Amino acid sequence: MAPSEPTGGSPHPYIPATEADRARMLERVGVADVDALFADLPAAVLDPTIHLPPALAEPELVELLAERAAANAVAGRPDFLGAGAYRHSIPAVVAHLTARSEFVTAYTPYQPEISQGTLQSAFEYQSVVCELSGLDVSNTGLYDGASATAEACLLASRVTKRSAVALLEPIHPGTADVVGTYARGAGLRVDVLQTPEAVRADHACLVVQQPDFLGAIVDLEPIAEGLHADGVLLVAVADPFALGMLRAPGDAGADIVTGEGRDLAGPPQSGGPSLGLFAGRSTFLRQMPGRIVGRTRELHAPPGGGEPRTGYVLTLQAREQFIRRERATSNVSTAQSLIALAFTITLQALGPRGLREAAELSYQRAHDAARRIAALDGFETPERGPWFSEFLVRGPMPAAELAAALRARGIGPGFDVSDRPEPEARQALLFSVTEATPEAHTDALVEALAEIGGAA
Amino acid sequence: MSAPGPSSEDFGARLSFDRGVPGRRAVDVPRWDGEAAPLPDARLLRGSLRLPELSQGELVRYYTKLSARNYGIDSGTYPLGSCTMKYNPKVDDLVASLRGLAGAHPQAPPEEVQGTLRTLLELQRGLGEISGLEAVSLAPAAGAQGELAGVLMITRALEDRGELAQRRRILVPDSAHGTNPATAAMAGFTVTQIPTGADGSLDRATIERELDGSVAAVMVTVPNTLGLWERGIEEVAGLIHDAGAYLYGDGANLNAIMGRVRYGDLGFDVAHLNLHKSFSTPHGGGGPGAGPVCCSTELARYLPIPVVTECDGGVVRFAEPERSIGRLQQFNGNVGVLIRAYAYMRALGLEGLRAVSGQAVLNANYLRVLVGDHYDLPYDRPVLHEVVFSGSRQRRTHGVPTYDIAKRLIDHGFHPPTVYFPLIVEEALMIEPTETEPPEAIEALAEAMIAIADEARSDPETLHGAPWSAPIGRLDEATAARRPVLRWQPDLGDGS
Repeated sequence: MAPSEPTGGSPHPYIPATEADRARMLERVGVADVDALFADLPAAVLDPTIHLPPALAEPELVELLAERAAANAVAGRPDFLGAGAYRHSIPAVVAHLTARSEFVTAYTPYQPEISQGTLQSAFEYQSVVCELSGLDVSNTGLYDGASATAEACLLASRVTKRSAVALLEPIHPGTADVVGTYARGAGLRVDVLQTPEAVRADHACLVVQQPDFLGAIVDLEPIAEGLHADGVLLVAVADPFALGMLRAPGDAGADIVTGEGRDLAGPPQSGGPSLGLFAGRSTFLRQMPGRIVGRTRELHAPPGGGEPRTGYVLTLQAREQFIRRERATSNVSTAQSLIALAFTITLQALGPRGLREAAELSYQRAHDAARRIAALDGFETPERGPWFSEFLVRGPMPAAELAAALRARGIGPGFDVSDRPEPEARQALLFSVTEATPEAHTDALVEALAEIGGAA
Repeated sequence: MSAPGPSSEDFGARLSFDRGVPGRRAVDVPRWDGEAAPLPDARLLRGSLRLPELSQGELVRYYTKLSARNYGIDSGTYPLGSCTMKYNPKVDDLVASLRGLAGAHPQAPPEEVQGTLRTLLELQRGLGEISGLEAVSLAPAAGAQGELAGVLMITRALEDRGELAQRRRILVPDSAHGTNPATAAMAGFTVTQIPTGADGSLDRATIERELDGSVAAVMVTVPNTLGLWERGIEEVAGLIHDAGAYLYGDGANLNAIMGRVRYGDLGFDVAHLNLHKSFSTPHGGGGPGAGPVCCSTELARYLPIPVVTECDGGVVRFAEPERSIGRLQQFNGNVGVLIRAYAYMRALGLEGLRAVSGQAVLNANYLRVLVGDHYDLPYDRPVLHEVVFSGSRQRRTHGVPTYDIAKRLIDHGFHPPTVYFPLIVEEALMIEPTETEPPEAIEALAEAMIAIADEARSDPETLHGAPWSAPIGRLDEATAARRPVLRWQPDLGDGS
């Protein structure tokens, strides 16, 4: 026999107080009912009509979201979409460790004595980002790669005291849009350049994507040399996965390195939660946006005796909004800590050799796919110099038709870049092949293209 | 370097980098056995990369031990004022991780992600209903980015009115979160601070005096950071609009009023909500969050990209408002967080959300009366979701600052409240119990606070040294800032 529900139980599984609890509490507070606690609110607009769908019990909720998940395209089909979001093999330990609720349900670590887990992990993150970028100082992460790049432009403007920034094509259009949004607020002019030589001495920085939006590897060193002659800073927006193989941008002369860390943290989730990497030269330390964790020691020896122990704290907070208010370097408060933790564990699980091997596997799988596609009748893979793991494919028909034909065969096509000005992008789709692309998927793609080409 | 050992180890001194052994690895990468393409020129390639080399088990143990040196909501009461640290439902994490949702690519064509888009559409509509501001963009990644969106929207509206050149000031209360003035400055405005009156509401005379043709907006938090209702805010809204300015709402404290009163009905033009607060998505040690921005129909055309719309035929798409301020992120916002917030909204429904705000407010008042005799209450009136005590009595009489009281709470098993904020309260202790704490937990917190007040009289030395039971004692923050050590290096040594 099912137990009958007691009357006056708690209103919801997330709210423990029962009717009896509430009666006791109200009596102690000295009011008749809960509504009396809202007596200060204006009666004219109190308790309006609000239309929300009815509440669901947990199993109903799971059922509803499972239906939603099923309404999306089948995950696991061959898919070659990249263009700013790439599929990588994330070690199983990452989801396991980042699900630990002591990490998940903590707030920003304002109380270091009981937040060493978050703080020491953030120090690990800063260390990893410094190693990858080749720069001296990293914050604990910003919202995403594009907003981190916008913050880099604001920093460059502050330190150079110049009120214009430049972006080098080909750059992801989303990055350019976000820089534009932030720049308008700050009153900065944004110029989009086709070549680095077009930089002017009134630019605070030049933003260069590595690899660029169409997949090509950029030789940053000569660009940096040219910029520095005019006092212009180089901001490199780098794919951290590619940095497992490519030269650290800081070593090539970049002054600030930003990037998107999401793809090394977990599944794409329609683009977010994302993670904005941000590293800079140590001379910019006091101009950095966001939180920074520092290493220190206990003020006193522990009660049991011995030397003061090592610990970690939020530091250099005089830059931040909650202290400096309108003179802060940024308004950032909550950012993406848990994603930074996942990113850190992925890179540390891969280790120095694993990351290099994974990056080279991406390179080889992508070059193999491109070679096989270029060998098909009617197809070519226009190159703009050395490239990493994303490549252009031009078929015997307009890009949109080629994409539709692939979709009809159950294959997610590359990103349509046929509206870009670069001649190589004419009538082309941009395909991403990574270390996580099964060879069977590449086989299916080549086969489908051969069919499409044969029918054209 | 300290010797290894379970209890005597200086755990923080040895990072994963120091624990590695060359040649160990935590995961394998498949081999490439096809035809090898030549690598690019060596000048484009990396030389070395310093990352730790640990076996899988060692890596898992290291981060597991680190997690044990953290305190989360699941560890115990976390009454951090202004942060709404309530229980995070686990089913929200489960549904957000369903493969069909989590695996969706940000640039997938809309027809292939209708499940995600339908969910976002319903969340967007629900937030419009709850805020009373029916136009919504889910794009902002956190509250501060929502604020930036809102202020940039106001900028653009003023530009279209031809008044941006004159209206260069934003008024912000002295009790505001630091993000408000920082955001105003980021959007190019100067900030004028408005004092709080004796009753804990905005000083009306100052507002009336300051409101002129140079004001673009007033940013107000309701309820305010004292946990008090901003009395007469609906009349202030009228004054602001008469002066041609906009009223911005910081929705960080929505938990107090969900389902009971709406920003739109009070006269706010634009507001952001913090879904990692009111909608209980986990805070993750500092994010990810989500800070959707909600606005009146007048401002809807300025919303950030993307907004979600339902087209003819029932297909849901991302869209760009015609005079949008632009994108705030490369893609679509923190969608995984938004799905969790949707699940929360659906689990509660309207009656549930009203029960949330009712219980949150009752819990704060219960704590107020339980503790009120032992600490000063600078604004002694019924509060909403949080109560701000002052430790000034303990400071003056016994030389015990609020800092010590907060640290001692750790020894009683609690996360300390927010301290020294709002800035206008001396020795502030800002406590937000939230609705998910049972009365027994609030009583235990009250008992701990009373015990500490007694201890301030009888044994202040114990408070000066607290906490005594944490994984680590008080840290030398001054040296950390003066001589910054911000990354691992091979010669980092023992951190001195």
